[in-house]
Amino acid sequence: MGGPFSFRRWARLFADYSIFLEGMGITLLVAAAALGLALVLGIIFGLFSTSSLRPLRSLSRVYVEFFQNTPLVIQIFFIYNALPYVGIRMPELLIGVLGVGVYHGAYVAEVVRAGITSIPRGQWDAARSQGFSYVQAMRHIILPQTITIVLPPLGNQAVNLIKNTSILALIAGGDLMYRADSWAANGTLSYGPAYAVTGVLYFLMCFPLVKWVRKHELRIKNRDARAPADIPPAEKAGA
Amino acid sequence: MIRLNGVCKSFGNLEVLRDIDLHVAEGEKITIIGPSGSGKSTLIRCINALERPTTGEIFLNGEPLLASNHTQMVRMYCAMVFQQFNLYPHLTALQNITLAPVKLQKKGRAEAEEIAWHYLDVVGLREKAHVYPSTLSGGQQQRIAIARALATRQKILLFDEPTSALDPEMVQEVLDVMIRLSQEFITMIVVTHEMGFAKQVADRVIFLDNGVLVEEAPPGEFFANPKNERTRAFLSKILH
Repeated sequence: MGGPFSFRRWARLFADYSIFLEGMGITLLVAAAALGLALVLGIIFGLFSTSSLRPLRSLSRVYVEFFQNTPLVIQIFFIYNALPYVGIRMPELLIGVLGVGVYHGAYVAEVVRAGITSIPRGQWDAARSQGFSYVQAMRHIILPQTITIVLPPLGNQAVNLIKNTSILALIAGGDLMYRADSWAANGTLSYGPAYAVTGVLYFLMCFPLVKWVRKHELRIKNRDARAPADIPPAEKAGA
Repeated sequence: MIRLNGVCKSFGNLEVLRDIDLHVAEGEKITIIGPSGSGKSTLIRCINALERPTTGEIFLNGEPLLASNHTQMVRMYCAMVFQQFNLYPHLTALQNITLAPVKLQKKGRAEAEEIAWHYLDVVGLREKAHVYPSTLSGGQQQRIAIARALATRQKILLFDEPTSALDPEMVQEVLDVMIRLSQEFITMIVVTHEMGFAKQVADRVIFLDNGVLVEEAPPGEFFANPKNERTRAFLSKILH
């Protein structure tokens, strides 16, 4: 048999590498869709939580607290095992997108809320004093400033989201983790190489994202140093 | 141009403005002075709809300022300069100035920039057009903020202690710009502690104390011969 990392186990893995690549494709697909959903929900509920309307704030609180304070695995199992009893049956991938997306949406909402509330009141004053409506002020003045603040924590959320899609393995979701696990379990027993390679593949998905976010963060920080030089000549005297 | 009828404003139990009546003619220059906490800033924030009066009415150009129309009214008539400048930090000086003309007044970018260059010259900061506010001194930021306010070409310009947050050596450059503006036919209301400025440019000086409009008079009369006891006490404290 040899150890968990014997040559024979590695050879088997490389013979079946396409299984891992397919799994990685599924994971990326689920992660991308779930991230999109999380961003949409997060922005909507983040805006709600800064609204002057109390019902919207309450709604946002309920959403955020519920999903932040219950385990993702319960939410996934609930959709997978319980909802079919009321006739709601969904494919595993959709469960993954919904479960992970809604779960991380709650965290994104908190990030967005913190970003918006960190913008000084004077920015609202300036915008309102120029006659910008609430929506216009949000769009042209508040949110553009918020983005630079929320980008790093959003990057963290995206990375956690990618890793959390591995929960699909528990409901036979066909994602990377599931493929790796079932490949090892069904005959080859090459758990060591399977998990090691899977870890590397997750790392390859997450690390570039972290790097990208960091690069943008620096670019934004260095923005103030930039000063393009096309200044037209002054008007004649009496301007 | 501006009329306030019995304006009162409370924050919770705190009465900040009590029954203010005020009329400002078009083109008039008003300075509002008074101790801190007297309600000066709240008064001009009410004119600009940043605060809603608890009771009383405000008219701009004869039209009532209402909850339903205040965004439109402010867009049409008012511009404001703040103590803390409140420039948009994610935009260059030029973009700060063109934002409202482009997005609210629907001017073309070229036209808006032409206007912006003009007002950058008015405040003497043409060479700073493409830098971000964080690289400017306080005085420069405030001058850009003034250019931003001017670029929308409103009839009413409100200044909320425009020099109070500045280092002493930068106060004059901002005052100089404001003094130059005061030659134009713009209605200006300036909340300030700069008595020299008030004497030089104001048509009328208004003294607020504890939310009450205590005294209003042309600056010559106001400073030389204040009628009210509270005005005298305040002036004796600040004029040495």
